Amino acid sequence: MKKIIKYSLLDILRNRVILAYTALLAVVSISLFMMEDNPAKAVMSLMNISLLIVPLVSSIFCTIYLYNSAEFIELLVAQPIRRSRLLWGVYLGMITALLIALIMGIGLPLLILQPTVSGLSLFLTSAALTIVFSSLATLSAVLTRDKAKGIGVSLLLWFYFTFIYDGIVLLVLFQMADYPLETTMIGMSMLNPIDLGRIGMLLQLDISAMMGLTGALFQDFFGNGFGAILVILVMIGWMTIPVLFAIRRFKNKDL
Amino acid sequence: MIRLLYIIICAQLVVLLPAQAAEHLVKSGESIQAAINKASKGDLIKVMPGTYRERGIIINKQLVLQGIGYPVLDGEKKYEVVTITADHVVVQGFEIIRSGYSSMDELAAVRIKQASYVGLRNNRLRENFFGIYCQHASFSLIANNDITSTGGSELEAGNGIHAWKSDHLVIDGNFISGHRDGIYFEFVTESTITNNKSHRNIRYGLHFMFSHQDIYTNNTFSENGAGVAVMYSRQVTMIRNHFLDNWGSAAYGILLKDISDSYAAYNEFSRNTAAIYMEGSSRLTIFANQFLQNGYGIRIQASCDNNVIRKNNFIANSFDIATNGSLVLNSFNENYWDKYEGYDLNRDGSGDVPYRPLSLFALIVERNNSAMMLFRSPMVGLLEKAEKIMPGITPEKLKDDQPSMKPFPL
Repeated sequence: MKKIIKYSLLDILRNRVILAYTALLAVVSISLFMMEDNPAKAVMSLMNISLLIVPLVSSIFCTIYLYNSAEFIELLVAQPIRRSRLLWGVYLGMITALLIALIMGIGLPLLILQPTVSGLSLFLTSAALTIVFSSLATLSAVLTRDKAKGIGVSLLLWFYFTFIYDGIVLLVLFQMADYPLETTMIGMSMLNPIDLGRIGMLLQLDISAMMGLTGALFQDFFGNGFGAILVILVMIGWMTIPVLFAIRRFKNKDL
Repeated sequence: MIRLLYIIICAQLVVLLPAQAAEHLVKSGESIQAAINKASKGDLIKVMPGTYRERGIIINKQLVLQGIGYPVLDGEKKYEVVTITADHVVVQGFEIIRSGYSSMDELAAVRIKQASYVGLRNNRLRENFFGIYCQHASFSLIANNDITSTGGSELEAGNGIHAWKSDHLVIDGNFISGHRDGIYFEFVTESTITNNKSHRNIRYGLHFMFSHQDIYTNNTFSENGAGVAVMYSRQVTMIRNHFLDNWGSAAYGILLKDISDSYAAYNEFSRNTAAIYMEGSSRLTIFANQFLQNGYGIRIQASCDNNVIRKNNFIANSFDIATNGSLVLNSFNENYWDKYEGYDLNRDGSGDVPYRPLSLFALIVERNNSAMMLFRSPMVGLLEKAEKIMPGITPEKLKDDQPSMKPFPL
């Protein structure tokens, strides 16, 4: 498995797309810190951008990479290697490469320019979202044989979590305006890793005071030990469950 | 106006000290109360350094009580330290500590009880329940006192300067910290509050109730639990005050509740959760204020009417304006909004297209607080852009017809 990880990692790191991604992140984060005189505001803007870009690039890149290395995977399947190990290897290689890009692009600038708790949590949130969306992309690539369809599915997933889900939340809120929905909102935020990441970041950035009752409840829930552990567990669930499904499917897949 | 009052009070304090006044000296170990009892009207009592535990000093005649080198008056957490019941009394230069705590009586470090022309100057008040308590006081001066306490909760702490049913007070240059409310006014009229610093009090930095025709200028209110509250009052003038860092889920820069015919100008509001929260207020002029980096600039409830908001700077606030209804009875004019994206073809300094300061999301949140979960979601950004182009949900009339292109130099 180590060899597979190493191979796919090196393969991806040579890829121009990943270099461009790293450069984009670095340029965005450095220029934001240069332009904003208030570093907390810069973290906020960087959060907005990274919550859009990081999931998008992770999911599209992983899907395309998996389709492009379909022949390599087929070749390896013919070798005496377990299929689960094979897919794990490729998956881990992909996320390692993406995380390296993230460290270079966001992690290092943050470490130099804004070495605070909010900077750290921004980096961790982006890292978690990278893994979650790679995992979702792996699932969609394994489930569909057609390349266009697979990319479409992972794009749609990104679109769903970024825009559609929030629209649904808004709809629910207005349909059920007469009911107390604060705790439901906490539940609903768990169902979307992007929302979960964003809310976690906002609470870090001390915006919670502005959020009134909802903010106080979120702070109360996410701030205490139980809530924090639950959030971490949910995030780990989002990272692992799709890829486990993908591996199960891949084991019996007719290649 | 302020200066005049100041002069009148000072003049009266001075004039009324008769030239033949005797001087008494109280040394450490002696009793101040005994000296007061012995003194006759208009005398000067000098108190030398030391700690005096007197179980409550009562000043019931016209006197000047002067501390030399900050003698300490200790209330031992049991007694009210100084009670003034006569007119024309001056107490200055003392360190007054540890007034009693009671849930029945409001024990204070210094109480002015039904007296006029009293001066309290240059005192240090530490760890008291209430600091200075004015009860039916009039024409009195409270200046340059340093009042701090480390009260734990709202119940355990009293107010720094508490005035009740008083008039013509001048409160100037005091520093108040760690009390329940920094300055508390209830039924206090025609008074001025100037140059005070109210910092880190448990509840409000300044709390007004039923106090009409008061003026407060050049004060700084920072990091108080809930900011400043001005309620149920008329004709209040607020000029050049600083409202800073009142940040918390129930904190305001200033809360204006049922205020009418008042004037707020040249104030600075920085980093407050809501710089101004207005409810049931009418005929207010909010002119040339600076709103910087607040969560909300002005939260103006639909119960407010005939307020004029003119020539203010709104810079780097998350939401400039929020309101809870569609009825707009207030006017917004000639303000500078940093989020304004219009243009100025004729170069007269004001934008050619109106600015709508109410964002869709602010409105949604005001109606349904849970929507705050979507704060800074890209979805909300899209909706707001759409609403800006074609206003459908936000009130049509809430707009600034002549937004300034440049910030005002305030």
